[in-house]
Amino acid sequence: MSDQGIGARVKRVEDKRFITGAGRYTDDIVEPNQAYAAFVRSPHAHAEIKSINSKAAEKMDGVIAVHNGAQLTGDGIGNIICGWGITSKDGSPMNMGAWSALATSKVRYVGDAVAIVIAETKAQAIAAAEAVSVKYKTLPAVAQSLDGLADGAPQIHENAPGNLIYDWEIGDQKATDDALKGAAHVTYMDIENNRLSPNAMEPRAAIATYNPAEDHYTLYTTSQNPHVARLVLSAFYQVAPEHKLRVIAPDVGGGFGSKIYIYPEEIACLWASMKTKRSVKWTSTRTEAFLTDAHGRDHVSTAAMGFDKNGKIVGLKVNTKANFGAYMSLFSSAVPTYLYATLLSGQYNIKNIYCDVQAVYTNTAPVDAYRGAGRPEACYLVERVMETAAREMGMDPAELRRKNFVRSFPHETPVIMTYDAGDFDGNLDQAMEAADYAGFEKRRKKSARAGKLRGIGFSSYIEACGIAPSAAVGSLGAGVGLWESAEVRVNPVGTIEVLTGSHSHGQGHATTFAQIVAERFDLPIENISIVHGDTDKVQFGMGTYGSRSGAVGMSAIAKAMDKVEAKAKKIAAHVLEASEDDIVFEGGEAKVKGTDKAMGWHEIGLSAYTAHNLPDGMEPGLKEGAFYDPTNFTFPAGTYICEVEVDPETGKTTIERFTASDDFGTIINPMIVEGQVHGGIAQGIGQALLENVVYDDDGQLLSASYMDYTMPRADDLPSYSVHHHSTTCPGNPLGMKGCGEAGAIGSPPAVINAITNAIGNNNLSMPATPAKVWAAIQETASAKAAE
Amino acid sequence: MPQISMTINGKAVAADVPGNTLLVDFIREGQRLTGTHVGCDTSQCGACTVHVDGKAIKSCTMLAASADGTDITTIEGLENGKLHPMQKAFNDNHGLQCGFCTPGMIMAGIDMANRYKKAGQKLNEAAIRHELEGNICRCTGYHNIVKSIQAGAKAMK
Repeated sequence: MSDQGIGARVKRVEDKRFITGAGRYTDDIVEPNQAYAAFVRSPHAHAEIKSINSKAAEKMDGVIAVHNGAQLTGDGIGNIICGWGITSKDGSPMNMGAWSALATSKVRYVGDAVAIVIAETKAQAIAAAEAVSVKYKTLPAVAQSLDGLADGAPQIHENAPGNLIYDWEIGDQKATDDALKGAAHVTYMDIENNRLSPNAMEPRAAIATYNPAEDHYTLYTTSQNPHVARLVLSAFYQVAPEHKLRVIAPDVGGGFGSKIYIYPEEIACLWASMKTKRSVKWTSTRTEAFLTDAHGRDHVSTAAMGFDKNGKIVGLKVNTKANFGAYMSLFSSAVPTYLYATLLSGQYNIKNIYCDVQAVYTNTAPVDAYRGAGRPEACYLVERVMETAAREMGMDPAELRRKNFVRSFPHETPVIMTYDAGDFDGNLDQAMEAADYAGFEKRRKKSARAGKLRGIGFSSYIEACGIAPSAAVGSLGAGVGLWESAEVRVNPVGTIEVLTGSHSHGQGHATTFAQIVAERFDLPIENISIVHGDTDKVQFGMGTYGSRSGAVGMSAIAKAMDKVEAKAKKIAAHVLEASEDDIVFEGGEAKVKGTDKAMGWHEIGLSAYTAHNLPDGMEPGLKEGAFYDPTNFTFPAGTYICEVEVDPETGKTTIERFTASDDFGTIINPMIVEGQVHGGIAQGIGQALLENVVYDDDGQLLSASYMDYTMPRADDLPSYSVHHHSTTCPGNPLGMKGCGEAGAIGSPPAVINAITNAIGNNNLSMPATPAKVWAAIQETASAKAAE
Repeated sequence: MPQISMTINGKAVAADVPGNTLLVDFIREGQRLTGTHVGCDTSQCGACTVHVDGKAIKSCTMLAASADGTDITTIEGLENGKLHPMQKAFNDNHGLQCGFCTPGMIMAGIDMANRYKKAGQKLNEAAIRHELEGNICRCTGYHNIVKSIQAGAKAMK
């Protein structure tokens, strides 16, 4: 077998261009006839547009055009849509308000685009955008979901009365109420999941080029899913017909969900390119990114979990208010429903679960999927409640989890998921051993002697990845299928190109995808190249998000390889005059078992394309495509243990140890998987300790730069102790579960459980800044003094 | 419009630039050296780090005119027939994912290795984490960047 195949720590083949400065990101590209766009944006969270005067701007140096929303809608450009329909409890469809790429009558959040300015240089475009005079009549605004739902709250979209987008439920309310009534102990909690900004380091960018001679459009864009972008841009926004629009997502500098969506800027640039007959380039500033990139999380929940006298969970009841911001982004509706409430069973046997969710419009940036998308919110809620319940009942938190683990598979939860495989005890054991849980008490005493508070916290997470069986998600409201495509092309010289609908923006697909081909055909990965990110090359694909590129994207490649292998065997058997069943691939050759007869891949390729000597009736050529539609979600799971030390004088938390035991199923490249876990954990620790999107009561964003939004830096984070304990996923040909989001899902509750354990006060919300932790310590101290 | 001249990656360059041109824009737009990146507007992220007269500088914080007469090295200027040991260390230790912050990380890593070596100080994990205060990465959680810089600094000796 190839030493570059499945399980090998192959160094990344894509690194060379990035470490030498030869990466090619959207902003690096220059088109010959390029002009620059800048956007006029609303400074108000909520206002009527009374007039837009662009006369002064139009006369400025270098200005080519200024266009507004009336012109855009006048040209028939459609509204931005949410692609997943959710039905409320009462059977009514969700209330989706209109979202025009350039606002027409009203602006609904700070940063809402009002006009686009096209100029010869970037500086000229920015200067002219500042000279566009927009008269507003300001309206009262709301930033928090509870304020949006309050009586008398300002109405943000006419067709969403009370700002309610939907009121959705899952599970059996009566059975859950009854179970809680009969419980020996019930843990009640109010839980907030703070709003985050994804912050891919490459800001969003677009270059749109209309070619009037061919009536054809090309869009370079920072996208995780260029095919979905092309589909939506053509089918819904009518910017360009699908067969006349090429979308290229070249090197993309991180996504984390924020580059799934099709934003107003791409639409406006394409449209402006057609109007001006120029290439139109726009690159977001970091402040624009904070204002307009879809945010993540922002849930306010209440939870009640009941236990019998032995510590077995009897029921869980949850209510969640989800802040959607000013408009419904592409997958926003699915996040607090089918990606969230369906995971509320955690790793546990829970007979009765009920959850209802109210989705709310507010005057803030749109909220959508961010690394984990719904699953971090579910995990945070379940794992905070479990840890709290253990404390309330005087039980060891690991033991309480163990009492309730699911141990037989398949396991159907009351919230429609069917867990297919896992060994939750195995992950917990591995994490406890690696974290030296047994030695914690000794370390705690040592910290205490130094005047520090030491704490430890668990999080046993589960997530649903490999999104998703198309028919199943279709029945739940998804507007698209969630399969993936692949094409495997054997060239006449025997090298192999794999075209995939997945998109790599840091995940290392050029390496890992090549590894599964190397494994199958026993070829060196130098002979294999991975092609992605261009709708002119790859016919269609659903893109990369939801930890799906392994379980779904690579499964499509495996399926296409089955077909290539079958045909290659037929060719080899014919040429070598042997039986197909006797052909094996070894050392880059097809061999006849038990003989010295063999032919190299270059000979197979050449035979296929010269077609001089093929079996009767066989078509020439050797390329095969496949669409893979998953049979189920996959269920990565594991246990994370965080150990912290808190300085009671300052409230500052230091993460002393962070231990992860993950079950990702089959691992193609452990080096890359560990890197994904590191990055995910860092984002989770960032949420728990540092990061917070803050709007004031008027809807002004207070955290709009890296001076105000605390990004985790090297000094804030520990080295991570990352381990694997895997069960094979039975649902796909490679047995993979997905690893991209686990770190961000599992880590926040482990951190908060550790801090609350250290300080002896469970009343702590994210981000647990030194000020908050210090205040919580004082609260505990004054409560003790009062006793 | 000030006339400026400098050496970039060993090549003499001269140009007339508007006085408010940032060095990073001169490098990216003027010289088409796009390995130096812009990740923020506030000199926080370090994706634009280059070496000016051998010292790491955030090129978004410096005017092109202020760099007149200097000797500048960008990420493109490190490879001299073979990879610089710091570049190789990032590949060896999986110190990058999306690659956007990487040029800045490598330029900062070389600079800290040089400074610590000169001062006779040990560039250990804690020192690297402290030194990386001005460079933000969103993908790696820094774990492998720290390992890369440690290995790269060792290989530079």
